[in-house]
Amino acid sequence: MSVVNSLVAAPSRQLTRHSMMTRVVIYGLLILFAIIYLLPLVVMVLTSLKPLQEVTGGNMFWLPHHLTFEPWTKAWGTACVGLTCSGIKGYFWNSIKMVVPAVVISSLLGALNGYVLTKWRFPGHKLVFGMMLFACFIPFQSILIPMATILGKLGAFGRMLQDTIGVTLGFGNPTVNLVLVHVVYGLGFTTLFFRNYYETFPTELIKAAQIDGASFFQIFRRILLPNSAPIFIVTVIYQFTNIWNDFLFGATFAAGASSPMTVALYNIVNTSTGVIEYNVNMAAAIIAAAPTLIVYVVAGRYFVRGLMAGAVKG
Amino acid sequence: MATLEIHALRKRFGSLEILKGIDISLEQGGFLVLVGPSGCGKSTLLNTIAGLESITSGEILIGGQAVNELHPSKRDIAMVFQSYALYPNMSVAENMAFGMEMRRVPKPEREKAVAAVAKTLQIEHLLDRRPSQLSGGQRQRVAMGRALVRQPRVFLFDEPLSNLDAKLRVDMRVEIKRLHQETGTTIVYVTHDQIEAMTLATKIAVLKDGELQQVGTPAEVYNTPNNLFVADFMGSPAMNLIEGKIVRSNGVASILLDRTEHEPIVIPAPPSMNPGQLTEGTKVIFGIRPEAVNDRESIDRNAKQIATFDGKVEIVEPAGSDTFVVTRVAGKELTARMRADADVRVGESHAFAFNLDKAVLFDPQTTRRI
Amino acid sequence: MSTTTAAAVAPVVRTPRRNWRDRVRDQLPKLVLAPSFALVLFFVYGFNLWTLLLSFTNSKAFSNLNFIGWANYEKLWNWTFQYDPPSNWYTAVVNMGIFGALYVIFCLFLGLMLAILLDQKIRGEGILRPLYLYPLALSFIVTGTAWKLFLDPRIGLEKAVHDLGWTGFHFDWVVNPRMMIYCVAIAGIWQTSGFVMAMFLAALRGIDSEILKAAQMDGASAYATYRRIVIPIMRPVFMSALIILTHMAIKSYDLVLSVTGKNPGGAAELPSTFMYSYTFTRNQMAVGSTSAVIMLMTIAAIMVPYLYSELREKA
Repeated sequence: MSVVNSLVAAPSRQLTRHSMMTRVVIYGLLILFAIIYLLPLVVMVLTSLKPLQEVTGGNMFWLPHHLTFEPWTKAWGTACVGLTCSGIKGYFWNSIKMVVPAVVISSLLGALNGYVLTKWRFPGHKLVFGMMLFACFIPFQSILIPMATILGKLGAFGRMLQDTIGVTLGFGNPTVNLVLVHVVYGLGFTTLFFRNYYETFPTELIKAAQIDGASFFQIFRRILLPNSAPIFIVTVIYQFTNIWNDFLFGATFAAGASSPMTVALYNIVNTSTGVIEYNVNMAAAIIAAAPTLIVYVVAGRYFVRGLMAGAVKG
Repeated sequence: MATLEIHALRKRFGSLEILKGIDISLEQGGFLVLVGPSGCGKSTLLNTIAGLESITSGEILIGGQAVNELHPSKRDIAMVFQSYALYPNMSVAENMAFGMEMRRVPKPEREKAVAAVAKTLQIEHLLDRRPSQLSGGQRQRVAMGRALVRQPRVFLFDEPLSNLDAKLRVDMRVEIKRLHQETGTTIVYVTHDQIEAMTLATKIAVLKDGELQQVGTPAEVYNTPNNLFVADFMGSPAMNLIEGKIVRSNGVASILLDRTEHEPIVIPAPPSMNPGQLTEGTKVIFGIRPEAVNDRESIDRNAKQIATFDGKVEIVEPAGSDTFVVTRVAGKELTARMRADADVRVGESHAFAFNLDKAVLFDPQTTRRI
Repeated sequence: MSTTTAAAVAPVVRTPRRNWRDRVRDQLPKLVLAPSFALVLFFVYGFNLWTLLLSFTNSKAFSNLNFIGWANYEKLWNWTFQYDPPSNWYTAVVNMGIFGALYVIFCLFLGLMLAILLDQKIRGEGILRPLYLYPLALSFIVTGTAWKLFLDPRIGLEKAVHDLGWTGFHFDWVVNPRMMIYCVAIAGIWQTSGFVMAMFLAALRGIDSEILKAAQMDGASAYATYRRIVIPIMRPVFMSALIILTHMAIKSYDLVLSVTGKNPGGAAELPSTFMYSYTFTRNQMAVGSTSAVIMLMTIAAIMVPYLYSELREKA
């Protein structure tokens, strides 16, 4: 119940004129901020649909005089990322190849962890959970160097395997590296989400299943998982958004042809050679932002729930 | 002049009519209890008296003054909420003084008023504590203190005891009654618990679906309920309501209560019934409370009219202070309240007796009392 | 003792001998949790210790184990006060202060204001709320790219205002080294204030409605109700938001890079960019590690007490 709900209950005449003005101010402020929040996105879209002369010669708010999708096709297929000039489509697929396994694995592991931490408590479970939780909050700078070293060693191992048995088994593959990194550093969050969700799941159901003779995994598969759709959606959306939008890990561990979308975008925008093609840059940015934005539009409710779960609960 | 008067109060919410024409008056110092099942509109009615909700039509007068258009803080009332609604970030003293602060009462006066009320309620030692540091009963008292400090004309209580456990509920109920007796305040109290209603009220208003079913003293509502709903709602265990029909023989009308495997029970029709209702075959509902059904020996000797019959005992429930014995009449269970050491056995036949002084009859069509 | 008594006694039930299979089954939960916990132990705590170790060495391009004690920390300590000319670390620390303070304060302020406004029984809340929140779905790189364009003096805001007639308007912050960090702050506030708004709105809506009714009966105006009751009740949410925002500010890296574009001149240096450049570009791994450890310690100092108190409350 909002504060104002309780305040306008009594039908007093004194409220009308004063409240009219207040309403105008309230709506005015809200709409003003809505515009401010929308402006950068609007500018991005407009710029991406203009030929370059209009961008450099004109006003960013003007509608395009010559609407063109050329920046888009260019961004997708021919823009230069570093030295190669074949657009961002390859990097788009890189991101997908990396995100899907990372999200799936970290979510499943998180579910299992949450299950154990809430329904199979053991002494010290709070400490274990606390330690995993703290892992969510470390600055990634503090693990970059060791991770680079380890990944380097894995790469060397992979090359050795290549020499001896002909396949690397994934060791040293940058995409595999990124999946590993994102799984490891996503475990804290996914465990947090599932743990908080399963905490409120009735334990009596577990006990009843135990009496019926179900094993650890059977209980998980037949009782918990079918009822976990909401938290799975929240977790998947949260992980997808975070991993897709990551830059630091991508730039550090997967530079070059295997880098994800965000790194490619950064490189496109910051190529220092020649003329800055703002329109292509904006098109590339929108393509990069599209997946997470679409997810947001479609499943915004779960998106917000994920944020809340990660933030408000400890 | 009554302290609180409600005339033809109606409240609509869209197309739904929540309160359908309420008329009540409450004298100074009275304790009015609004009672009824969930959704009957009692809390809504209380909120309209408080001014927290608006009304569609009708009038509310407090101390003779119409308050419909006034803001809650200007109606000279105070309210105690179900969850107590104490401000968690303020101390007990600040909680109690907040209303006065809003009315710009100077500090020394505020402190004096708070101290006085704290003394009455014996919460002086709690004045510096936060609500989170108090027990349920203490919070109750602070909530009452906040209301008392206002010295209002009418106190409103919105199910204040629902959140307490059984034992605490009984203790606090006694406290509220004592408060009422000592201070002589006028109180409107909402509850769904009819025992609270019976023990606390000077006047009970029974509500159902936004309509007043009966307004009267506890005794009136208990002994002479206006209709089947009130009869069933008040009293625990509930009044026995048995279908019967009028039979005539030799010009004398009686009420026949059918039974399977037994002879029917025949009760002389009371003289208060008018002849139009005494035609053969007319259906009536016979109502009698369990405490008016007993053995032949234990039935009240001063009763002017008694009916006796033999019945087969189906269930025996020893409840410590009484024993509840259940037999079957007209297809329904009839509960009798007997002494704790009554000699009754399941499956056996037992001699029952009705104290007809306490019986009431209802018309099954209109559900009203005859 | 008679034989009949012995015969009447029930036969003793033997508990089946526990074999390894039963033992595994008992430990299964912990075994299932173990890999994740081990991963976290190694990759998080182990790595942090590793970085800590490196900070005590004089590693340059490659890690070595030549321990030099606290020398790197002393170096950074001295650099913190070296402002004429400003050392990179000095710039980083100052910028962290500016950016952090602006980011946290404005996100809190905007978030609270928007939440209170949205709580006033607004029609169209279903449209407005997602509008304030969508920036969170964007990568920091996208945000930075968008704002870099938006604030560009030649084709962005300054040009647009000139076209409106106010030709004297100057807004070249995004290319002005001294003012770049403020642009980073603007972009960051734009992105995250919606999140704070969502937190506060949820908290506002969670306030017991009877408390608000009691305030009404006490005659409190809307302003007094917010100031004396609602906002104090929301103190825990304030703390949560404050801590999360601070932590996000310290970790900011992508945003700085994308707004400033390769950080010309190091003017918008932050501890995160400092660490990166010293480790990977300047080949001073030990110094980079030291800065990383300092970042970690700062975050730990804020998060650990907070997490501890949150976990302790739960049964």
